[in-house]
Amino acid sequence: MEFCQMTAHRLGELLRRKEITSKEITRSVFDRIEKVEDRIHSYITLLPDLALKQAAEADARIQKGEAEPLTGIPVAIKDLICTQGIRTTCGSHILDNFVPTYDATVTVRLKKAGAVFVGKTNMDEFAMGSSTENSHFGPTRNPWDLERIPGGSSGGSAAAVAAGECILSLGSDTGGSIRQPAACCGIVGLKPTYGRVSRYGLVAFASSLDQIGPFAKDVEDAALMLNAISGYEPRDSTSVNLPVPDYTKFLINDIRGMVLGVPREAFGEGIDPEVEATVREAIRTLEKLGAKMVDVSLPHSEYAVAVYYIIAPAEASSNLARYDGVKYGFRARGAYDLLEMYKETRSQGFGSEVKRRIMLGTYALSAGYYDAYYRKASQVRTLIGRDFEKAFAQCDALILPTAPTPAFKLGEKVDDPLQMYLSDIYTIPCNLAGLPGLSLPCGFAKSGLPIGLQVLGNHFQEEKILRVADAYERNTDHHLRKPNL
Amino acid sequence: MKISKEEVEHVAVLARLKFSEKEIERFVDQLNNILGYMDQLGKLETSAVEPTFHAVGQKNVFREDAVQPSLDLDLTLSNGPDPDRGFFRVPKIIE
Repeated sequence: MEFCQMTAHRLGELLRRKEITSKEITRSVFDRIEKVEDRIHSYITLLPDLALKQAAEADARIQKGEAEPLTGIPVAIKDLICTQGIRTTCGSHILDNFVPTYDATVTVRLKKAGAVFVGKTNMDEFAMGSSTENSHFGPTRNPWDLERIPGGSSGGSAAAVAAGECILSLGSDTGGSIRQPAACCGIVGLKPTYGRVSRYGLVAFASSLDQIGPFAKDVEDAALMLNAISGYEPRDSTSVNLPVPDYTKFLINDIRGMVLGVPREAFGEGIDPEVEATVREAIRTLEKLGAKMVDVSLPHSEYAVAVYYIIAPAEASSNLARYDGVKYGFRARGAYDLLEMYKETRSQGFGSEVKRRIMLGTYALSAGYYDAYYRKASQVRTLIGRDFEKAFAQCDALILPTAPTPAFKLGEKVDDPLQMYLSDIYTIPCNLAGLPGLSLPCGFAKSGLPIGLQVLGNHFQEEKILRVADAYERNTDHHLRKPNL
Repeated sequence: MKISKEEVEHVAVLARLKFSEKEIERFVDQLNNILGYMDQLGKLETSAVEPTFHAVGQKNVFREDAVQPSLDLDLTLSNGPDPDRGFFRVPKIIE
């Protein structure tokens, strides 16, 4: 097996035994990129020179015996995360020349861990989308079927891991943007509890919902990445000051006695029959592994999409007000006054989905409508949170599908924004409640497209969802199947 | 609630966005469609429910009022489209 197809934990072992070098792993990844990137388009910016320099530094560190688990491992970073001195576009024309003057917290942590940066990955503009079709730089294609979407908004980060164009990657999740691409691309994707991983340096979309998280080839790798990026950040007032356990210690391959809740609303209208059948089969597997399955209800599930599509655009309209061409990014030339400059810059700089959400959000927050929309949605958000509290009183984790269908075709939903929004139906509730959630592959449709299983946990209980997912993974082999590129 | 063309134009001004006639018309349709979907929230009784603004309930996170290093001035200015003598130059405001 080529190095680029191996896991971080396996490569780490070989590195520490000095059987291979980070330079060799990095070379393997860039060779792979040369072979497939033309077809997939996972990356906006590739960093071959930096990567080789970091690989050399990693090798020196490993020689001295100072390796950490991610030292020398090539990782890709979603282009929504600030990397000092390295172009960070957020998938948008308005920032296509933007070079941050500082590193995000997660970037600093990855540098300290000795990771090797492969590049910045493609994404839906400002994280708004479920297909990566809203990128100013063109779409990313699903490695399992190049005519299909890789999911979104972190499509590039997911496709890169699935295609062997990096070993691990970082994405962000506001309404499912890590979990849904993970399901579309047949890999593991995890969204931590709100506040577990700092948002300092993450370009803000919806500040009460955004979280950074890992994409990985298996659960153990996701746990390693989570270890590296989690923790308190004093510069982030939404960062929670709780100790970070070693998440790998909970991967004990034993879920006997754990109680797993299946929300009855999870198998409602609109779910693809193959997805339902595959997820139900996975539930049977979990039962065979000794978990007790219980039926639970999340009665306000049907309102989650409506709540999200008021709150997220409202917060986005505020967060994106800063893109005005004054201090950084694109500025429209030739405007006769300041107001005209703002309007031209923003209208030319933003894509249509971003403008649509800014309009929606501005409306929802405007005088006369704030109570009817934003406040109302925030109250229903409380009801959704209470549904989860009641459910977690009865179980350790919740099991449900990640997406209602496998990856759809490029262009299939671009003309119907509401249809696109409804594809987030299973992932949105957990962002509203701030809960941790992950997706891992649980099977394949007849077409060969991957299907994802979602595991949700209570606040700051990432160890429970990792434990369940890891046990399922060790007793199945879906995660070993690779796309035919 | 139905949104009118005038309201869409007003929102565009608030959002500092400029649209063509056709785009405004398309927005009226799309926003009405989406807002129509949101109307279902009206079915829920929420008068006694506190809104959630923070997912994990943190409040009043403060730090000591002590001076910390700021961004480097030259570096920050150099990122701008038109830096000039320590400022970001922009077109003038004409009322």
